[in-house]
Amino acid sequence: MTPTLQVFLIVSAALFSIGLLAALSRRHAIFILIGIEMMLAAANLNFIAFWRFGPQHQPPVGVMIALFSIAIAAAEAAVGLAIVIAVYRHYRSTNVDEFNQLRG
Amino acid sequence: MSKSIDQIFVSAKHWLLSWLDGSPSWLIQITSSLISIFALLAVFLTLFALMSVLERKILARIQNRYGPNRVGPFGLFQPVADGIKMLIKEDIVPARADKSLHFLAPILIAAAAILALGVIPYGRNMAPFAIDGGILFFFAVGSTTELAVFMAGWGSNNKFSMLGAMRAIAQMFSYELPLLVTVLPVVMVVGSLSPDRIVAAQAEYTYGFAPRWFVFTPWGAAAFLLFFVSGLVESNRTPFDVPEGESEIVAGHMTEYSGFKYATFFMAEYIGMFAISGLGVTLFLGGWHAPARALEFVPSYLWFLGKLSVLLLVYVWVRGTLPRMRIDQIMNLAWKFMLPMAFTCVIAAAVWHYAGRGLRGWLWSLIVIASVYIVLSIVLDTRRKFAPRVYRFAE
Amino acid sequence: MNTGAFIVIAIVTLSAAMAAATLRKLMHAALSFALAVIGIAAFFFLIGAEFVGLALVFIYIGAVAVLIVFTILLTRRDVQRDRGLNWSGVPIAASVFAGLTWSILNTQSTAIVAPHIRALTVKQIGQTLMTTYVWPMQCVGLLLTAALIGALLLVIEEKP
Repeated sequence: MTPTLQVFLIVSAALFSIGLLAALSRRHAIFILIGIEMMLAAANLNFIAFWRFGPQHQPPVGVMIALFSIAIAAAEAAVGLAIVIAVYRHYRSTNVDEFNQLRG
Repeated sequence: MSKSIDQIFVSAKHWLLSWLDGSPSWLIQITSSLISIFALLAVFLTLFALMSVLERKILARIQNRYGPNRVGPFGLFQPVADGIKMLIKEDIVPARADKSLHFLAPILIAAAAILALGVIPYGRNMAPFAIDGGILFFFAVGSTTELAVFMAGWGSNNKFSMLGAMRAIAQMFSYELPLLVTVLPVVMVVGSLSPDRIVAAQAEYTYGFAPRWFVFTPWGAAAFLLFFVSGLVESNRTPFDVPEGESEIVAGHMTEYSGFKYATFFMAEYIGMFAISGLGVTLFLGGWHAPARALEFVPSYLWFLGKLSVLLLVYVWVRGTLPRMRIDQIMNLAWKFMLPMAFTCVIAAAVWHYAGRGLRGWLWSLIVIASVYIVLSIVLDTRRKFAPRVYRFAE
Repeated sequence: MNTGAFIVIAIVTLSAAMAAATLRKLMHAALSFALAVIGIAAFFFLIGAEFVGLALVFIYIGAVAVLIVFTILLTRRDVQRDRGLNWSGVPIAASVFAGLTWSILNTQSTAIVAPHIRALTVKQIGQTLMTTYVWPMQCVGLLLTAALIGALLLVIEEKP
């Protein structure tokens, strides 16, 4: 019994909700970023699963979207972590509960 | 006859697999992979043992002394003695170290190095795993080495380890870019990421005796030099062994490791060296092809082993000759010199291809590389910085 | 497609992701995230998109994970002990998962098996990137350059 598309989608949904859990329920800024990256990776899995099980049009669109999404995730991680470092320099803490004032 | 000696390992593997005729296909696949893996591990662990003693003897001869010569004939059983010593040493883990990270780091780094060996073609039809994106697999696996080095440094809970790990990552990160960009002209000219195809593109001989390896073109020679230097850096070898600087930070990220775990780090460094040299042979030196058509009766894996040995000898030679560079000198070299030269190699390869791949292309690409080199030298003011030292007070 | 391989990879990935979301020590969570990404790359290999799997390993583990550990290193004042999971996030995540699973299982058109396809070669991906998708690729290049410069500007320390 080979895995159907539904199984892949359920695994991807599970990964997405675990990423959502990490992003919602942690207080350290870097944990939240890890959760966001996990959500992006789960969405990539979704795209590739649909590409594989769907009709194969000639430009492989699912693969293209996944590649661009990976590149954008890398750029977003870089900028997000730079923001975390910059905020740490002002507040001396990475607990997002304490970021409650605008400075400057 | 020479063809059967050439394919002796392939036929041995097919004979072993014929014992499983009629089994389900997943069993045959797994067994085939396991046979390749065992053969690979056997060859490269033996080569590692041999290399560890040969390196010490060659370094010793460069430094005008004998190397280890007590243990066997000419000291060649020294690895056995070293292995026994490493195995029976007490395994000390610092009390406040992060136990799981401290344990997993050597395993991860050795696994990454051995995985990278799997895509290199060692002879005709002898690449263990022929993936379509083989070169990308090699670099993807190599980039996990950085994470493992950081795990080792962090998990030891030691300032020297942390410092060594940060230096190591900064160095490896900076030199990944020249490494990748120098591979780019080869991939561009061949049109494929598969190492088998790249070796096959260097197959012919002009006038029957001059091989068409990529190292004999101007962009190939420049790219090979840059690739070789980047390989030296990625393996943390002198002159770039700041992360393991023995006189500065004890042993860097490997400070808190003893016994078998240290041997694993040691092995991972050497196997990384073999992997990068193997890739250099595949990309630039024609893989398993013979240098002249008349010499094709020698089996292909022996040619690969010969070229690999020459590269490893140059590694050891450079280690015995050059002193260690400072970390800021290493960074400057990477970003200000090697990266622009690597991009020039890409442009020169394109010029070579579009001016016809003959003499005219050769000359034009040589002009491109030489002009960029001269401009870079002027811009980076190398004549003043690399002039012989003038002492103002001591005489 | 091999069911045994699928089950093994799914167990590894989901447990690594769960560990990344709930572990207390930040370094362990970052490394479990790297393991989860390796699991997802294994899924891609199983599906047949090897190039995307390799790109995932290269970018996520070679770049993003290293960035995360460097940032942990640089913002180290209270990293030793996080206060752990805030359990009020679990019902939301659980309800999102339940909603998604309900909608997946109710869509009959997804209960299909994998059709046989021709293998996707790197050459095809390269040709598509350079012909149909050349403008998005240039835009991604510009975006990455902008992200690089922006990140540098954010962390550069001004001399007082």
